[in-house]
Order: sequence, then C-alpha cells, then structure tokens
Amino acid sequence: MEIFKIQFSAADLKVIAPELVLTIFALFVLILSVFVRRQSRGPLGYTALVGVVIAFFSLFLGIGKEIKAFNGMVTMDPFCLFFKVMFLIVAFLTILASLGYTKREGIDLGEYYVLVLFATVGMMLMASGVNLLIIFLGLEVMSISIYVLAGIMRDDTRSVEAAFKYFLLGAFASAFLLYGIALTYASTGTLDLAGIGEVLTRQAWISSLPIVIIGLALLIIGFGFKIALVPFHMWTPDVYEGAPTSITAFMATGVKAAGFAAFVRVFFYALPNLQAYWTQIMWILAVATMTVGNIIALSQTNIKRMLAYSSIAHAGYIMVAFVAGNELGKSSILFYLLAYVFMNIGAFTVVILLGKKGEENTQLADYAGVGFKHPLLAASMSIFMLSLAGVPPMAGFMAKFYVFSAAVKARYYWLAVIGVLNSAVAAYYYLRVLIYMYFREPERELAVGAFSPSAVLAVIISVWGVLQIGILPSTFLALAQRSVQFLL
Amino acid sequence: MIEYVWLIPLLPAVGFLFNGLIGRWYNLDKRVVSWVACSVLGLSFFFSILVFFSLLKLPPDARAAVPDKVLFDWIVSGGLKTVIGYKIDPLSIVMAMVVSGVSFFIHIYSVGYMHDDPGFTRYFAYLNLFVFMMLTLVLANNFLLMFVGWEGVGLCSYLLIGFWFERDAPANAGKKAFVVNRVGDFGFLLGMFLIFAHLGTLEFNEVFAKAHLLDPVTVTMITLLLFVGATGKSAQIPLYVWLPDAMEGPTPVSSLIHAATMVTSGVYMIARCHVIYSMAPVSMAVVAIFGAATAIYAASMGILQFDIKRVLAYSTISQLGYMFLAVGVGAFSAGIFHLMTHAFFKGLLFLGAGSVMHALSGELDMRKMGGLWKKTPITFWTFLMATLAIAGIPGFSGFFSKDEILWQAFSSPHGHLFLWLVGAVAAGMTAFYMFRLTFVTFLGQCRASEEVKKHIHESPPIMTVPLIILAVLSVIGGYVGIPHVLGGRNYFHEFLAPVLGGLPEGAGHASLSLIKSAYAAGAVEEIGSVNWEIILMVVSVVIALIGISIALYLYILKPDVPKRLAQRFRTLYTIVFNKYYVDEIYEACFVSSAKKIGTFFWREFDDGVVDRSVNLVAGLMLWWGRVLRKIQTGYVQGYALGILLGAVVVIIFLIK
Repeated sequence: MEIFKIQFSAADLKVIAPELVLTIFALFVLILSVFVRRQSRGPLGYTALVGVVIAFFSLFLGIGKEIKAFNGMVTMDPFCLFFKVMFLIVAFLTILASLGYTKREGIDLGEYYVLVLFATVGMMLMASGVNLLIIFLGLEVMSISIYVLAGIMRDDTRSVEAAFKYFLLGAFASAFLLYGIALTYASTGTLDLAGIGEVLTRQAWISSLPIVIIGLALLIIGFGFKIALVPFHMWTPDVYEGAPTSITAFMATGVKAAGFAAFVRVFFYALPNLQAYWTQIMWILAVATMTVGNIIALSQTNIKRMLAYSSIAHAGYIMVAFVAGNELGKSSILFYLLAYVFMNIGAFTVVILLGKKGEENTQLADYAGVGFKHPLLAASMSIFMLSLAGVPPMAGFMAKFYVFSAAVKARYYWLAVIGVLNSAVAAYYYLRVLIYMYFREPERELAVGAFSPSAVLAVIISVWGVLQIGILPSTFLALAQRSVQFLL
Repeated sequence: MIEYVWLIPLLPAVGFLFNGLIGRWYNLDKRVVSWVACSVLGLSFFFSILVFFSLLKLPPDARAAVPDKVLFDWIVSGGLKTVIGYKIDPLSIVMAMVVSGVSFFIHIYSVGYMHDDPGFTRYFAYLNLFVFMMLTLVLANNFLLMFVGWEGVGLCSYLLIGFWFERDAPANAGKKAFVVNRVGDFGFLLGMFLIFAHLGTLEFNEVFAKAHLLDPVTVTMITLLLFVGATGKSAQIPLYVWLPDAMEGPTPVSSLIHAATMVTSGVYMIARCHVIYSMAPVSMAVVAIFGAATAIYAASMGILQFDIKRVLAYSTISQLGYMFLAVGVGAFSAGIFHLMTHAFFKGLLFLGAGSVMHALSGELDMRKMGGLWKKTPITFWTFLMATLAIAGIPGFSGFFSKDEILWQAFSSPHGHLFLWLVGAVAAGMTAFYMFRLTFVTFLGQCRASEEVKKHIHESPPIMTVPLIILAVLSVIGGYVGIPHVLGGRNYFHEFLAPVLGGLPEGAGHASLSLIKSAYAAGAVEEIGSVNWEIILMVVSVVIALIGISIALYLYILKPDVPKRLAQRFRTLYTIVFNKYYVDEIYEACFVSSAKKIGTFFWREFDDGVVDRSVNLVAGLMLWWGRVLRKIQTGYVQGYALGILLGAVVVIIFLIK
C-alpha cells in the first residue's frame, strides 16, 4: 500500500473551485454576521447569493476532460458538473425564497445562510467524490448542516422536534451507510469507486461473497434513507412539516438530488457488476415508494405534508429509471431531478408567499379562493401542481415520460404500468389544490403578508424552468445524456 | 435573407400575443390594436417578398434545394425526431406570399368593417393567430408541424365562425365546422401514422426521398387518408357541409379563412405531397373525381341561393373542386395557380359582399337588394372585376388558371374527357350564378325597405382601398402564367417547376383516343393536327358567355321568368334549393345515431360501469391512505424500527 501523501497542486484546487468559493463565502458571512446588528442583517443573504453566483462561474475553472484531483478522490466530469449546476440552482432559489421568509419568521441569522452554503458544499462533494469516504464526508457535511437548519426556528416546537427526529434517524442511517462502506472496503480492499469496480470485474467470485452482498444492502439502506425510499421514509413528513418551509424546499430538492447523485455514481460506476443482485430489490423499493407515497398523500390536509409524501412518490418514479438502468434510464434520472427542482421549489415558495408571521396557512382549506385573490400566484401554483402531476406541457410530464419509456425499453413493463397508475392516483391530490384555489369559497379571510420580491423572483424562475424544460425538453435531455456517458 | 424565413410566421404570433394578452388585459385603444395587428402582417408580407426575391436570385435548380431552416429540436423520443423547421422552396414561398399578402389587405379592411364591434381586440388577436397558424402550415418542413398549423387554423376557424357566440347560429356553426373537420383530421392523422410506421420519419425531404420504399397499397392508403383530411379542411364532398354554415362568422373572416387561405390548405397539402400522390394513380383518380364532382355539385347549389354569402360559399366549394381536379390529374402547379388567383378574386368577392352588407345595414338577402351600383360604385366595379375573373372571361386572372385546369383535365395522362366536360359545364354554371348575383344585387330596382334605403352609402376608404388592390390583382394576377399556346410565357409554372415538376405533357392520350374512336377511321389524322388547346379554350369561353347570357336574360331582361321556371320544375327546384337535403340526411344517418350511441354509453356504460368502478377504486385508495397514515405515529422509535425492519427485509432478500 502506497504511503498516503497530502499533496496537491493548483490544478487540484481548480477542480473543487466552487466548493472553495462557497466555503469562503460561508465563512465570510459568518464573520460578517458577528459585526452587524440585528436590524441590518438583510445584506447577509445577498452576500450568500453573490457567493452562489461566483461559485457558478468558478465552475468554468474546472471544466475539462474528466480530471481527477487530490489523488483521485474527487473528479470533475460532466456528471458532477450537471449536479453542481443543479445544486447551485437549488441554493440560489432557496436563498431567494428565504430572504423575506427568514426575516418574517425571525430566523434571519447569519448561520442560516452559512449552513445553506455549507450544505451545498456537502452536496457538491457527494456528486464529485469518486471515493466512498469523500462521498460519506460530503453526505455528513450536508446532513449536519440540514439538521441544524431544520431546527433553526428554536421557539417552534415542531421545528425542534423535526430537527431532533431527523438527527436521530439520520445518525442511525449514517451508521448503516458507513458500515456498508466498511464492508465494501473489507471485501475489495479499496475505497476508490473505479478501483472497486475493477476488483469486482477482475475477481468476479468476490461478487457473490455474503460480505459484499451485505455491504450492498447496507449501502442501499443508507442512500435509501437520504432519498426517502419506503420503508426508510418515515422521517420525511414530520421533518418536512416541521422545518422552515424554505429549508423543506431545500431538502426536498437538494438533499434528494445529492442522494441520487451519490447513489447513481456508486451503483452504476462501482457496482454495475452487482446489478443482477440489486435490480430486483430496487424494483420492490420503487413500487413500494411510489405506492405508499401516493396513497398516503391522498389523505393529507396539510400542504407541506402532502408535498412531503409527494416527494417520496417522486423518489419512487426516479427509482423506476434506476431499475431500468439503461442509457435513457440513467439520463432520465438527471432529467427528472432537474425538472423536480424547479417544480418543487416553486411550489414551496408559493407556500411561503401565502403565509405570514405566526400564520403559516399550510392547511389546504387556507387555499380556498386564492385563485381569485392572487391570480398570478395561483396560476404559478397551478403550473407547479400540474407539472408534479405530470400534465403536458410541463416539465413533470416529459420527466415522467422519459422515465417510463426507459422502463418500457428495458422491458420492465409492469413497473411502467404501476408507475403510470400511480401518476393517475397522484393527480387527485395535486388537482385538489387547484380545486381549492379556484372552486372553493374561503371560510375565512386569508391573511397574507407583503410579498417578498425575491421570493416572487424565485417563483418566476421556477415557472420559466418548468415550462422551458417541458416545452423544449430535448436540449436538457441531451445534456443529461452527455452527463451519464461515462457510466455506460 | 432566406435565413430569416422564421420571422414570417413569428410576427403574426407576436401580434396575437400582444393583442390577446396586453391588448385585452389593458383594454388598449382600437387604434393601437389595429396598428399592431396590421403592421405585423405587413412586415410578414414584406419578409415573404424579400425571401421570394432572394430565392429568385438563385438558379432554378437550387431553389428547391435550399436547406430547411431548422430552429430547434422539438420532440425527440425514441425513433421520433421532430424539429421546428421551415421549408423554403418556390411552393412554400408562393403560399406564404399569398397568405400574408391577402391577410394583410383583409386585416386592413377589417379595421373598417369591425370598427364598432365590442370584440374588436379579440377579433384581431384571433385573426393574427390564424395567420400565424396558416403560415406555420405552409412553411412547415415536416408533417407534424404542418399538422399543428392544420389544427391551429381549424381552431381559429372555430373561434372566428363563432365570433358572435351570443347568438345560437354562429355558435352552432362553429361547432359544426369543428366536428366535421375532426372527421377529416382523423384521416390526416392516420395517414401521418402510416407514413411514420413505414418510413420512420415525418420530415418532408426524408419522406419524399424514401417514398420509393413504400409498396403501392400503402402509398394508396396514405394518400387516400391524407385526402380525407383535405376533404374536411377544404370542404369537398362528403365533408363540405360545414362551409356554408361557416358564413355566420364576420364577413372578412369568410373572406380570409373560408375563401382565400385555410380552405385551400388541402390543395397545398396534396401539392406538397405530389411525390407520393404521383405514385398512387388510384388516389389521383379519386382526388380528380371528387374534385370534379364537388365542382359541379356545389355550383348547382349556388344557383338557387338568395343569401349572397351562401352563394359565394358554394362557389368557393366549387372552385376548390377545380383545384382538386387539377392536382388530381397531376397538374399540381395549375392547382396552386388557381389557388392564388382564387384567393384574389374570391377574397375580393367576400369583401365586396361585406361592403354591400355594410351599406345595407347587414342585409344578406339579395331579394332585398338591387340598384346598388350608383350608390356604391367602388364596391360595384371591383365586384364586377372579380365576377369577370371567376367566370373565366379572357384577360382576367381566372381565365388563365381555370382554363389551364380544364386543358389539363383533358390532356393530362391522368385526365379524361369526362372530367373536362364536368369542369366545363360547372364553369358555365359558375358564370351563370355569379352574374345572377351581380345583376340582382347591383342592377335593377332597389328592393330594400325605405328605412334601409336612406342609409345606403359607400364604405370608407379603409375598406375600399383593399377592394381596389384586390381588384387589380384579380385582373392582372393571371398574367404570370400565360399559356404557351397564346404565345406567352408561363412564369408561374417555371418558378414552381423545381418543386412540382413541369406540367404533364403528352396531349391527352386518354381523352383523344376517346374522341378518335367516335370518329371514322379516316378522320383520325385530321383530328391529330388540330390544336385542341385552342379549341377547348374557345369552347369554355363560349360556355361561360352562355352562362352570362342566361343570367342576363333571366334577371335583367325578363325578371319574371325565374319564378315561372321554379313553378314548372317545382320538385327539382325544391330539392336543389334545400341543398339536396344533405344536411338532413347527415343528421338522420350520423348525427342522431351518434348522439343515441353516445347517450347510451354515457348513461349505461359511463355512469354505470366506469364511474362506479372508478369511484370504488378511489374510495378504496382514500381508505388505504387513512389507514396507512396511522403508521406515521410521530414516535421516533417507531420510525427507527421501520428502518430496521426494512433493513432486515433488504438484507434477507439479497442474501437468500
């Protein structure tokens, strides 16, 4: 075994330039927040926003032909580039949605933005890490930031409860993941993803060792928790409901996408030889996740909880593509996540806009009559709901279309049928929001605070994203296809 | 310049969005609305002309080979790849010029005509949308995009026929047009599916390049199905029934959509697909026969109508029949030529009718008109020009295009003496009913009520100027295609030849042999040496003159004769006057039985079976949801247990 040298060059730094930029800005915001008074904390959020924008441009420093850095620990390939851009979009939209919200709820602390930035760094490491340890570190950086963020409304018992539950169960799940990593290391002697793949190819007999299989199972559980697959999903509704809405949006999109990034990278890059083993259990998980998510969502009356179950169901749809595992399947995972980012953040931002201090207005009944009081906002919400339900010409339709056609191409006909049936069930609770907005008389006057312009901007961007992806999907699919090429 | 072809359809779309969203939302001033609506059309027309001239600069062979202007990929899925792309060749640019040009003038006319209508902005938004869709249809480089235009114009037609939806008649007419068109569209769709199933592409260039791979039966199927689509959109037998009712829309709409542009899209589609049609002689024969039959059948119905717009509607159906006759005998460019001249003179006739209605406070019944020529001179003279053109009087545009169709119907290898005969008789009927219309409306005594009489006035310049321009075009529009036999040069066909091929040559083997066999063997050589083209031309002009003379006799010299004739041939008169009862027959055969079947399935199957089972499943799902959510206790220990159990299941499953 070679001696591990901590040695790196400027070229290595370029590869993780966006992570570095975000870290620097996070620290900068942290320092700034010490010096500003409570009343003048507004610019902190904008500073974080600037950091995200600069991080985006710093991506260009590292663009090249699949470079590995830091002794092959992290990489910069089209796959992680796609995800990094997605995470930056998520961070950007989340901060936009947060600017007014945090002030309203009294959580406009410097830490809030610092933690969002750190969580984004963690997500990026999960996408760019090609070493199990880096992926795990990225996951923990992200998770710990999120635990804190979920509980940042210290006066709100539900927020604290959410943070606590998430932390406990997250730690529990991390243990599974870490144990899976350990077993994999034990059997293959390496943590490098390419190395693991090579060992499993060269010495095929290893693949059937129980230790490898148990490691595989534990990895599935670990990642399954982060992306909320049934039966590892139970934390989701409680945490999503209790956490500040902006953080819920961040979790539902960013954390999930990061989970999938690592999941896809590890399974299709390091463990494709085990595909015969994991396909079947993934099939079951996909079906369970879609079905349970959708069916429980039917009876929800709180919109945040409903969106939580909906996000579980969407993870199930993505798993359909995962099971299909063909070229279209892999690229449609990326495509789906991108579409999902816009429609979900958009929906949560509308939820934010329709609340005010002390009154979150997250009951479905609160949405009665919104269609006439706030026509444009309701129209945007309708676009997001229709997109989540998979109605053309929204992004959600194309995403589902690609996922299910991948399943059909891979001859998983039943899976595709179950997926389509599930979409039909799901239409009920998405359309119910529209029915409340347009066809129900409000029982009480809905009190809504002044709209924060930045959150409105986030809604506009999301609407644009949903329609752009839905109407002109081919550009985005081509990008997704290029991004997964190395996995083939 | 060719690169900017996408501006041609885009500009009307911008006008639609502006008027439809901003104009309606902010209740913009009528001047702003009409300026925007007309100027986008003017620009679109201007760009069409620019592209036309840049195309003209190229050598003839290169004109058909200009690469498609592809804007972006539209739908990519499996084997299907469709782009948003525009085809630039002589055919599409001729169509674009005709559509944008005629639309431009009709838009201007509409500013005057619709001036006092409360739905002014909505009207112009729809009209802009229509032009956008129509230009998409003619410029599309693939079947799917063409179909978007095809459906889009259908939608606009529906919206504009039912523009005054507060009244029942327009609303029902709109519905009828839409439903009848759906029948045709279904054929179009099936044809498209067949093409895709056999060739794996919908792009025109690829389809036509690969067309030789199709077997004769498939080609015949495809072309017949596409023709079904054409019969719907272009109001041919048996799907013509919606067009007369469509006259409930505003008159400029009838002029633009139901005379000059949309209804001709079937002819354009067949010309565009001439490669595959040429491979299917059976389909060609079907097209020609349906065209000829429609030409004479619709003309016969036009003779007895009293509503001036209905006369024009039947005339349009009949003229469209001519165009189908042309493309059916393989004279594709002759069909397009007639399409163009028809757009001029029929557009003008409708606008003239609108001007008459304007003068007579909305009167449509020609029995209550007469003697208008003095009070509305511009309308009268322009109307007369168009009438002379449609009647095929030498020197006017209609003469050149119609005569060419008749000659081709006779002489083309696909032609037949009988087709010519039907066409020639229909031409005589056309001359008759058009002059009947002109005479009764503009000459003689004024039969309007005293109240109306007081208000008779010429329309304002904003309406008469388009009339004059279109009148000029109706007169001179034919000179781009003078037949060789008259010593001219047929520029129009030369321009279209790179796309559509030359006109069929071969001097009428089929028709000639028929005539020959009627003669004694000794006369054969003599017949061969006669210039048949000249003879037929003279014959058709004579037939037209006879038609005009009869009209003159019946409606100017002896105005009491028509009534006596109607008495004499009472049965025939009643049948034709009631449009052969086709609407009633359709009602009895298709509409009412479809309604009955629909009601049955609605009550018994939908309510009884489908709804019940759906409600059952839905109830079950909701119940499951309520039960399953109880697992969500809120206790973190339970959740951890869930993870653990899940982990056990996963591990056991993998290990087993």
